[in-house]
Amino acid sequence: MTDAAPSGPDTSATARSGAPSSPRRRLLRRLLRNPNVLVGGVLIVLFVVVAAFAPWLTPMDPYAQDLWTRYEPPRGLWVDGALNTEFVLGADALGRDILSRLIVGTRVSLLVGFLATSLSLVFGMVLGAVAGYLGGLVDDVIMRIMDVLLALPGILLAIAIVAALGPNIVNAMLAIAVVRIPTMARVVRSEVLALREQEFVESARALGGGHVHILVRHVITNAWAPALVLATLGMGTAIVAEAALSFLGLGTQPPDVSWGRMLSVGREVIRTSPHVTLFPGVAITLTVLAFSLLGDGLRDVFDRRLKDGS
Amino acid sequence: MGITGYVLKRLISLAITLLGVSVIVFLLVHLSPGDPIRIMLGEQARPEDVQRLTELYGFDEPLPVQYVRWMAAAVQGDLGDSIRSGTPVIELVAQRLPATIELAVVALILAVVIGIPLGVLAAVTRNSPIDLASMGLALVGVAAPNFWIGLILLSTVASNVGWIPAFGRGPGVVEAFGAGLTEFRWGPLLDAGRHLLLPSLAIGTSIMAIITRMTRSSLLEVLGLDYVRTARAKGVRRAVVTVRHALRNAILPVVTVVGLQFGFLLGGAIVTETVFAWPGIGRLIVDSIAQRDFPVVQGSILMLAVVFVFVNLLVDLSYGLINPRIRYD
Repeated sequence: MTDAAPSGPDTSATARSGAPSSPRRRLLRRLLRNPNVLVGGVLIVLFVVVAAFAPWLTPMDPYAQDLWTRYEPPRGLWVDGALNTEFVLGADALGRDILSRLIVGTRVSLLVGFLATSLSLVFGMVLGAVAGYLGGLVDDVIMRIMDVLLALPGILLAIAIVAALGPNIVNAMLAIAVVRIPTMARVVRSEVLALREQEFVESARALGGGHVHILVRHVITNAWAPALVLATLGMGTAIVAEAALSFLGLGTQPPDVSWGRMLSVGREVIRTSPHVTLFPGVAITLTVLAFSLLGDGLRDVFDRRLKDGS
Repeated sequence: MGITGYVLKRLISLAITLLGVSVIVFLLVHLSPGDPIRIMLGEQARPEDVQRLTELYGFDEPLPVQYVRWMAAAVQGDLGDSIRSGTPVIELVAQRLPATIELAVVALILAVVIGIPLGVLAAVTRNSPIDLASMGLALVGVAAPNFWIGLILLSTVASNVGWIPAFGRGPGVVEAFGAGLTEFRWGPLLDAGRHLLLPSLAIGTSIMAIITRMTRSSLLEVLGLDYVRTARAKGVRRAVVTVRHALRNAILPVVTVVGLQFGFLLGGAIVTETVFAWPGIGRLIVDSIAQRDFPVVQGSILMLAVVFVFVNLLVDLSYGLINPRIRYD
């Protein structure tokens, strides 16, 4: 997707007319011009709106069971020449409306993804920054632990952590966060290693700035761009991980609804009623797609920004 | 430093990493709630029986003692016995691990065999409907969870195509291949293949998508270079230039990605195995967690980590063979 990056120097109208154009506005304009950022961003805003207003958007009660509508096939939006809101995407094993459950499930998937990614971002940035900035023994110890965590396939480590803490959605979220920390720490560390030698850091040190001050004020504030890109891409990974854990029965527990949980419920009837499994998977795929588009777009924009030095 | 020194250095660091993994796995398993003996014997168990078995398994000793005992046995190939079945863990792992590795390898082969031609096709028909379709497919392939793709394959392919089974594993590929070579019986290999088809497709899809995208962009880059134009100007046919001159040089970054993804395949197999009732180590781990079979959980996770880090080491080393410009340091 990198070939979608806009090319050529920035010769926007304001720059030409000589009006002052702040770096922040230039960045914003570049972001809005990137098709990946636009498409991914719009999709994500849409998902967030659905999650935020879920209780008001569901056409039916997502928890209401009805034996008469078990495995009801999708009825579609248009029935007998009129708009239909009942079982648009069909019903599951307990006769519950799949569309309404998808809408409610958006909350868990996005929230778990967001919290897990934020936690890994904070811990990964701190660990990576400290390791890279201090170097020496501290660096060795931190990065050695990160290596150990990376020596297991991510999903396996998550399964092991959830198994130890007990299967529920909070623990699943924590497990996903832990799994994501080492990658984040590595990227931030390599960024910090480069920053540490820069003149502005040296002059801050010469001016008598303490370690914490320099780390927070000068190093972390300059290492956030790659971390943000990684975090955006990581949202997709986190959402799939939650789905996988819930699918295995280690994440969301009934009566809570999440997309992965819906997949695991539909699994037994995959041959007779595939629609139960189809739609949650489409929702996961779309969300992951949106975050990877946004992440790729952000990387294009920031890479250019870093190269331009603006 | 030569290659021997590099390998030695990597092996030492690998041993330290695995030691760390063993500590983490051990702690995770032993800090988890629930007394395995009580779960094994049920609510009605007599306290003296619980006591006896707890002592038998050494669960009453301090954690560091238990860890050292476990590790000392583990390095000699003894990972303890399953609480459920009494089978030695190493035996269970030996039964299940080949199935998982087989699945991952076949998935990787499928991904390469389909992904590279698709990427070439997309590159040479740049911006055509074929290109757009394969790039769209690649986008979705990366985003879709592999266990969901497995479910979709079950509902679409396995329900409609009689000879493709939905569940389980056929004979092992290696043995089946052996039978074909020595006894000219190719039935077992076919049987193995039709069992492998859907699960390996499910696991391989995302990597196939990545390979397609990388092949396309890498080939497009190379096709724009001077030497390719020279070859064309000399009158070499387009197909020959694309494959013999350009693809050869475009393939290196793709190989790098393929290697990095093998570990990812092992991880993907863990969840997807449950979809296809594939008797691999992933299902063994998931089932043992549900049954609180501690020795099996910690033993099989440890063994999977061993495979994982060794595969990553081999991948790193193989780059030197493919690209002589790489220097080890």
